[in-house]
Amino acid sequence: MQKIINDPDLVVEEMVEGFVKAHSDLISPTDNERVLKYKHAPVKGKVGIVTGGGSGHKPAFSGYLGKNMVDAVAVGEIFSSPPAMMFYDAIKAADGGKGVAVLYGNYAGDNMNVKMAIEMLEDDGIEVKTVVANDDVPSAPKSEIEKRRGVAGEILMWKVGGAKAAMGASLDEVIAAAQKSIDNTRSIGVGLSPCTLPQVGHPNFEIEPGKMEMGIGHHGEPGTEVVDLAPASIIAEKMTQMVLDDLPFETGDDVVVLVSGLGATPYLEQYIYFNEVEKILSAKGLNIHKSYVGDYFTSLDMQGVTLTLLKLDDELKNCIDYECNSIALKQFSP
Amino acid sequence: MSGFSNDSGKKIVDNIIQVIQENRQYLSDIDGKIGDGDHGINMSKGFTLCQQELESNPGNMSHGFGVLSKILMTKIGGSMGPLYGMFFKALSKESEGEPEINEAVVRGMFNGAVNKLSVISPAKKGDKTLMDALLPALDALNNSLDGGDGLTIALKNMKKAAESGRDKTIGMQAKLGRSARLGERSIGVLDAGATSCALILGTFADTATDLIN
Repeated sequence: MQKIINDPDLVVEEMVEGFVKAHSDLISPTDNERVLKYKHAPVKGKVGIVTGGGSGHKPAFSGYLGKNMVDAVAVGEIFSSPPAMMFYDAIKAADGGKGVAVLYGNYAGDNMNVKMAIEMLEDDGIEVKTVVANDDVPSAPKSEIEKRRGVAGEILMWKVGGAKAAMGASLDEVIAAAQKSIDNTRSIGVGLSPCTLPQVGHPNFEIEPGKMEMGIGHHGEPGTEVVDLAPASIIAEKMTQMVLDDLPFETGDDVVVLVSGLGATPYLEQYIYFNEVEKILSAKGLNIHKSYVGDYFTSLDMQGVTLTLLKLDDELKNCIDYECNSIALKQFSP
Repeated sequence: MSGFSNDSGKKIVDNIIQVIQENRQYLSDIDGKIGDGDHGINMSKGFTLCQQELESNPGNMSHGFGVLSKILMTKIGGSMGPLYGMFFKALSKESEGEPEINEAVVRGMFNGAVNKLSVISPAKKGDKTLMDALLPALDALNNSLDGGDGLTIALKNMKKAAESGRDKTIGMQAKLGRSARLGERSIGVLDAGATSCALILGTFADTATDLIN
């Protein structure tokens, strides 16, 4: 294992320390050392946006703290949900008096810990509602869509929820917009190499050289098939087709395209991949309203990419175009 | 009715902490086959933090379970933090204020634990989770007490049922949690949660029996 670390058991603690120091212009620590917040949170009179999850996905989750984005984040151990108390403290840190929307991904641990945090909040008088992202197409058939995992589509859900809240919407309106965003989002990933948890020291699964795992999850959850590595055009064709068929996306749809590297994929490859996706979408008559390419939601040092498509209506378009200033996502009016 | 004092019951908490520490590597190795290999590490971390807190803030059995619950819920996270957090919270609540831990209290503790877990987890029997050790153990305890067995016999039956429930997870396909993604590949190995649960229930039964005798 070749890593720039100190004590493998303290990687999250030390990462958080560095993160807070590096981004003190946008974020600040809280009394709970594992809860970070947007510097100006709670914003009075605005619905608070909270998320959280295991570490190892940088810039998710805390990289999306910022103006018109996420207000507070619970930071778990590597690939392990934050405890209920962290979600509880994050919700309190984000509460500006208008309720809090907890927008997170569909994983057993996160579901339980968020549920418990809400139970613990019973006496605090904070109204809390949730949206659980389930955009990962290969993780379960469409008939069991509620079992699907949340992956990079979460970023667009935070973008939409964060913008809606910033526009002055009520908690119910924020929740409805975030839910609509995830309901219209589909993602898929491909892995070319496994990732290594620093405290374990070796990859916890294998992908043989010359192979790729289609449909792989953000923690190395097994995909749908292991096939021979193919040119970018073939990989893009396979993945785009699965995503398009599932919603389905149709000719004339306005879409957001989000391509994210999984941590060890050069941007050069990500743009080659995006180029192929764009060709397919254009040929099908879809309009790319906005595209994002880069390391937006990673999986430690895994090689591979995820592809996320969001089908837009006017409300979602306004939210996606809305100005925001977070660490990993900055959009300003041209 | 046989029983033991809540004060002497602190030995149960001490022994449960010890058995998890001793099995740190074993639990992680089992978990590594179909999970991410951190079950023993995380459990041991939480139980050791509890041990440290109890050294400076000792108390009876209910207190010990309460401290354990609080630490698992505030420091550990993942799936095991909330699940065992709720489990030990019930063991603490249902025995709190009872100087004598007798059949009725023990029955209340474990029935309460299963009720608490059901609130946060959708796991059913056969899903290859800690419930596969816990649910048969509770049935055995209840049936045994209903049938008029004394507490020591009922605890022995609870332990046996937990262990046989744990062993049955080898043949199960995981339906929940991270190993569920493996589908059929999850068959053939023990479930780490059921294994730690059987250790905890077995240690409870053995230590309580020693205290009663």
